[in-house]
Amino acid sequence: MSEVAMVVNGRKVSGAVEDRTLLVHYLREHLGLTGTHVGCDTSQCGACVVHMDGKAIKSCSILAAQASGADIVTIEGLADGADLHPVQAAFKEHHGLQCGFCTPGMIMAATDMIRRHPEGLDEATVRAELEGNICRCTGYHNIVKAILAASKTMAKAGKGKTKKAA
Amino acid sequence: MYSTSYHRASSVADAVKLLKKAEDGKFVSGGMTLIPAMKTRLAAPSDLVDLRHIAELKGIRISGKNVTIGAGTTHAEVAANDKLASVCHAIVHMASHIGDPHVRHLGTLGGSIANNDPAADYPAATVALGATIVTNKREIAAEKFFTGLFETALKDDEIVTGVTFTAPAKCGYEKFRNPASRYAMAGVFVAKGKDGVKVAVTGAGEDGVFRSREIEAALTKKFEPSALEGMTVPSKNLMSDLHASADYRANLVVVMAKRAVAAANA
Repeated sequence: MSEVAMVVNGRKVSGAVEDRTLLVHYLREHLGLTGTHVGCDTSQCGACVVHMDGKAIKSCSILAAQASGADIVTIEGLADGADLHPVQAAFKEHHGLQCGFCTPGMIMAATDMIRRHPEGLDEATVRAELEGNICRCTGYHNIVKAILAASKTMAKAGKGKTKKAA
Repeated sequence: MYSTSYHRASSVADAVKLLKKAEDGKFVSGGMTLIPAMKTRLAAPSDLVDLRHIAELKGIRISGKNVTIGAGTTHAEVAANDKLASVCHAIVHMASHIGDPHVRHLGTLGGSIANNDPAADYPAATVALGATIVTNKREIAAEKFFTGLFETALKDDEIVTGVTFTAPAKCGYEKFRNPASRYAMAGVFVAKGKDGVKVAVTGAGEDGVFRSREIEAALTKKFEPSALEGMTVPSKNLMSDLHASADYRANLVVVMAKRAVAAANA
């Protein structure tokens, strides 16, 4: 057993887990955060994507013990109370989901993608960046639309903030 | 996954100590191959010694054309390094096409070459660049480091600490990805430097990465895609599986080599 401690969605958590416990199982079964999904269990589908220290990672491919000490954000940590995160809002607005199973991973991947491309995104980049996330319903069109829209909204909001600060 | 014991190493020396205590231990860095392999029970180490938090293994140092990349540097860090891109664009391009964004955030150079997957990208890059693999015990030429399928010259308690190379005048990398797994079915790294032309192939060889002497000879005469027009390479010792026959891969090797040369000359 390992004693793990980390910050999840801004809250300090700790507990004893078997060393072989995957981060996704720690989140889902120990912390009850079932928004992060296990889709393929072979590290391909991306339904389990969370942010670790600000970067998108697959929580099914890392042990909870490896992630001990890290700052984790899951899909439950994105919204600001009742206000959806701009990426969540864009997925809703553009119908970027059907069954919704892949959506938590898609949204965590999308927020990471937008962060890494402050210069803005185009369709080809979004499609290439979705390499690690599989959706079996939508055919991706509306997911791509949603991410492009969210990227624009967030760029505008970012500029607004700078202006205010100035 | 079978039961295992996790240990976090604070230094390379600490990692060696921890591994020596283990019955059947393994070093883990990003874990992007090892953890999935443990999940499917293809690997079952009694102990995992985590190298990810060792500061001395991280970072990229560039002095003129001389490049040193720490073994713990992630693919995302290599892909995003502008200074490295200005010295050796091909390795940055290559790193930006390993796996997917999430995998690149954890997967490391050291992990990739120590695992020596026959379809991994870094083995081809290090061989073509004539890189030196630095470990906690010695320095090994990349060509001597990769000894076969998932096999390297590393001893059990030996840790790759970094890779050094001198950026060649020109280099390029292109791969043809398996449509499902996205691993290279043939990936070719070409480099034209002081020691001549080196061409390393991944994804196609039965024993992993290898140098294509035929393509090297043709590109030595003329470093242009047209030098490979109509050329064939032997399919003996190439992989044959449900995705592609050895002959198909042999053809892909030439096609990827042409594209890599075009990228190198661009």
